[in-house]
Amino acid sequence: MHPSSFEYFAPTKMEEALDLLSKYKGDAKIMAGGQSLIPLLKLRIASFPYVIDISGLNGMRGISEEGEYLEIGALATISDIEENEMVRERYTILHEAAVQIADPLIRNRGTIGGNLSHGDPSNDMPSVAIALKAKMEVIGKEGVRLIEGDSFITDSFTNSMNEGEILRRVLVPAARGSTGGCYIKQKKSAGDFSVAAVAVQLSLNENESIRSAGIGLTSVAPKPLRAIRAERFLEGKKISDSVVKEAAKIVVSESDPSTDFYGTSEFKKKVLERITEEAINVSFERALVG
Amino acid sequence: MGTMKIKTTINGKKVEAEVEPRKLLVHFLREDLNLTGTHVGCDTSNCGACTVLVNGKAVKSCTMLAVQANGKEIVTIEGLSKNDELGPLQKAFLEKHGLQCGYCTSGMILTSFWLLKKNRNPSEEEIRKGLSGNLCRCTGYQSIVESVKYGAELMKEKEEEREVAVR
Repeated sequence: MHPSSFEYFAPTKMEEALDLLSKYKGDAKIMAGGQSLIPLLKLRIASFPYVIDISGLNGMRGISEEGEYLEIGALATISDIEENEMVRERYTILHEAAVQIADPLIRNRGTIGGNLSHGDPSNDMPSVAIALKAKMEVIGKEGVRLIEGDSFITDSFTNSMNEGEILRRVLVPAARGSTGGCYIKQKKSAGDFSVAAVAVQLSLNENESIRSAGIGLTSVAPKPLRAIRAERFLEGKKISDSVVKEAAKIVVSESDPSTDFYGTSEFKKKVLERITEEAINVSFERALVG
Repeated sequence: MGTMKIKTTINGKKVEAEVEPRKLLVHFLREDLNLTGTHVGCDTSNCGACTVLVNGKAVKSCTMLAVQANGKEIVTIEGLSKNDELGPLQKAFLEKHGLQCGYCTSGMILTSFWLLKKNRNPSEEEIRKGLSGNLCRCTGYQSIVESVKYGAELMKEKEEEREVAVR
């Protein structure tokens, strides 16, 4: 299969990339790792007269804690995240999501920025960003601005960046005190997208009640969802079987899965309820020791 | 739309070529350079038959443009043997029957090569997880996993030999 013809640019500086993007406007497409875009181009589900490959931009691949944030360059590959020791130890949810994305070969090229901005409701990083209360740092000719993780994806394959903007970094609030998280992805087979997946991040008060909760959902609505009512329900409470069960029920009531190849809407809700209970329990246990 | 000039290193040799931007790396390797050891299997980023190394990392060459190889080092299955002598992993696959029809084999070997460069002593689980992007429809994977384990030993021996030779 061959994509239809396009003109290709590989800028090495952000300025050049922004110039090209403003020159060609809606006719141009940004490509990072290309692991979602190239298959779409090959199947001719999408075609663009101009492809701007930003994978050669300098200084956009770092992963480091700077002050109050863990900063992840948008071009960090999923493998970079998977192999990062600090992420594995202190941001377990990110590591867990990374190792469950597609397969190792795809992860060697796919980037966190691409996974976030592509907008596939089955992509994993958007709901992790929601649970972590991460911010997206986007850059355009008018300057830099931050978009909250839960308002970054607005609909299927649609994000809230303006036409001339590029996602530059992901800012995750630094893990402090008793925090813990977990990503559970229910798949039909290895490397597949999920039937449903849930991202939970909890931080605890000294008396082990929940100080703050972040819950993001994958594959159970036309876009990644923040289960905000369940978050509010959990906050201030102590974990018990009944609290966890009730929270999972609220999560399900906030979801809106469609019936498709991966299962009926009803089935996905049952899966979501079970994995949410598990994810809250595991996150709580991790927060106790972390 | 025109072509673009790229400079790349393939199996240690410098290559300059004119390619259309939409040309996939796998087609560039097979059709322009006649390196037909890299296979097209599913053509939808699932099967891993097209796996090559790009700057040392195993990737699917059906999901990468040839123009993206500009300035990069590519290794294909042809690059793992020297002067008609098979590399250690190739020998291991041959001896342990890590293949039946052979279609997935070049991808399996290149992914294994990358895995073993990262981790010289992988557990069975690490091997299976590492190979999860490469599909085999013949072997049931058992003999492939055995081949990778044996290949790890052969690669270590080869490295030790080299160290002795250097001393």
